[in-house]
Amino acid sequence: MRLHVVTGKGGAGKTTVASALALALASGGKRVLLIEVEGRQGIAQVFDCPPLPYEERKIAVAPATDTQPGGDVNALVADPESALLEYLEMFYNLRHAGKALTKLGVMDFATTIAPGLRDVLLTGKAAEAVRRKKAGKLVYDAVVMDAPPTGRIGRFLNVTSEVSGLARVGPIRNHADTVQKVIHSPETAVHFVTTLEEMPVQEVLDGIAELRELPGGGIQVGGILINMVRPMALPLSQLEKLAAGSVDEHELAIGLKAAGLDDSVRLAGDLAAELTEHAVAAVGQEQQRRRLAEPGQPRYDLPMITDGLDLGGLYRLATALREQGAA
Amino acid sequence: MSKVNPPQLDVDRLIDDRRTRVIVCCGSGGVGKTTTAAAIGLRAAERGRHVVVLTVDPARRLAQSMGLSRLDNTPRPVPFPDRVPAGVSVKGTDPGGSGGGSLHAMMLDMKRTFDEIVEAHADPDRAAQILANPFYQSLSSGFSGTQEYMAMEKLGQLRRAEEWDLIVVDTPPSRSALDFLDAPQRLGRFLDGRLIRLLVVPAKVGGRAYVRVLNAGFGMVTGVLTKVLGAQVLKDVQTFVSALDTMFGGFRERADYTYRLLRAPGTAFLVIAAPEPDALREASYFVERLAEEGMPLAGLVLNRVHRLPAARLSAARSLAASETLQASDGEGGGSHALTVAALRLHAERMQQSAIEHRVAEHFTSAHPHVPVAEVPAQPDDVHDLAGLAAVGDSFSTE
Repeated sequence: MRLHVVTGKGGAGKTTVASALALALASGGKRVLLIEVEGRQGIAQVFDCPPLPYEERKIAVAPATDTQPGGDVNALVADPESALLEYLEMFYNLRHAGKALTKLGVMDFATTIAPGLRDVLLTGKAAEAVRRKKAGKLVYDAVVMDAPPTGRIGRFLNVTSEVSGLARVGPIRNHADTVQKVIHSPETAVHFVTTLEEMPVQEVLDGIAELRELPGGGIQVGGILINMVRPMALPLSQLEKLAAGSVDEHELAIGLKAAGLDDSVRLAGDLAAELTEHAVAAVGQEQQRRRLAEPGQPRYDLPMITDGLDLGGLYRLATALREQGAA
Repeated sequence: MSKVNPPQLDVDRLIDDRRTRVIVCCGSGGVGKTTTAAAIGLRAAERGRHVVVLTVDPARRLAQSMGLSRLDNTPRPVPFPDRVPAGVSVKGTDPGGSGGGSLHAMMLDMKRTFDEIVEAHADPDRAAQILANPFYQSLSSGFSGTQEYMAMEKLGQLRRAEEWDLIVVDTPPSRSALDFLDAPQRLGRFLDGRLIRLLVVPAKVGGRAYVRVLNAGFGMVTGVLTKVLGAQVLKDVQTFVSALDTMFGGFRERADYTYRLLRAPGTAFLVIAAPEPDALREASYFVERLAEEGMPLAGLVLNRVHRLPAARLSAARSLAASETLQASDGEGGGSHALTVAALRLHAERMQQSAIEHRVAEHFTSAHPHVPVAEVPAQPDDVHDLAGLAAVGDSFSTE
């Protein structure tokens, strides 16, 4: 797998997980490019660095292990206007004119007037990076794209039909065809980020179905990345009982007393309420987990980082992905 | 540590005030906007208002959360059980629950809303011509900003209809809360902008002078656009623009009307967030922007706050107690397994809750005057009216 497209419902942690995946893929001395396409500088926030330009920049090193060296994560914020400008330079040698046109707002206009064009330019940037070679060798071992949310992912990746309204011949069309090939190749997979809640899970299932039904044999679905997984306080079978019935407050009170805590009876009541709530939530999450098994794709758990997500937390997520074989 | 205590947002007072006619729920994606809008709508109906909830979410989430199988572009009645919502008996606005109130809900169909504007502004022949234009079709169904524009448009229509005395709006699921304010004007600007007009100029004699001014650049502009987009697209746009010419003023006017409506007395903005850094950062931007625009902010609704019944027991003490018990249980022990689990869970929750507080305090120190209402995290997903009512009850200040 070389092009990893990461999608998910807003709020599920798409950018964070895409960043962790890039780190995980970079370990072992690999070079990885992480691309952001929605212009909100989410990657810069995750890696705690200044806003990123339309230019590939090294933002992190993957930690070396005993047997393997570290690797590089490079990042790029791709915006349609710059991509179009670059494209015009490449195909029409329109460097100066392009600058003038940007000032006139023509680039913005062109990408606004043809919504499919934006997507082709952005996916095109990823496709180009995946295939880029230097001295006969691939520049990047893997490219990770922090893609639009699940609701828009089908349209975003369905390049050919997107531009079917656009030029039927000429370089944009050729460009679209190349992008289409890359997106549909077995080297590309779309990963879904979700939490164990009903609506994000539903979006994952709908999104997977949509990608599989796309013309041209569909687009390959990769893993389901389950984010913010909380550890269970007790084994599931026990939690199921607690969720269905009630927590034995008497037993709790005895335990609390034995631990030397005051006011053990009232405290037992309050802790029982917390435990019941946890049990109900855990049972509900387990149901969602079963639904996520339906499409038959591999699933990976990313632990909830409770002490605030910083770079350390990101490396922990990357390690979790590696240990489960996601990268 | 100095603690900032924000004023309490009194949602009940807001919805009981008959002068409140529009409540706009804004916030970044994934913070529970739709649920909040629906819960406020239901609560207001329970308290005697005639409410319509407008949701703009294509995922049909409001439909789910209101127990409806389908919503469309016209408001549908939502029957709700007779119930005395928490706080009502004490406040006594309308004891007896639904006394006189009603609830409608609708989901925006942006394409149909757009079509209706076209049909209202053009004669049938011309309207048909516009509706069939490929450029119009992509504009009305896929443009960024169209959804926001049409949400505003629909809000304006509902307001003019005067059938409801309270409209609760759930804004489109964009990443940035600001999109709701910016996108409609961006689309309006685009539609009567310089470049799009430039494209029709050659077809019109009166446009000659304009052409001359821009002559040097004009050939290049169309040249590049043709190269990138193809001649057909440009032709579609040109046909569309000529057909739409009479309507252009209309677009701006309509957008301006709704924008003014958002500033008018009777409109209240609620910023929705979860106690997470990203969501509250967006909330901050939005609060600042509303102030700049002179738009009335009622307050912040902070969803998914974890409240702990046993909060008096600190994380550290809870953890220590669990370790004591485990030690006394010994290797093969386990008679206190339940208590150990409960104490550990409590410690973890306390830590999480402390982070939530810290994140929320960042917001409060930056905006100390913004009233806040906290909604406790629901153990289960909200997917029915009872769940919505429970969320609504958490707004009770009693």
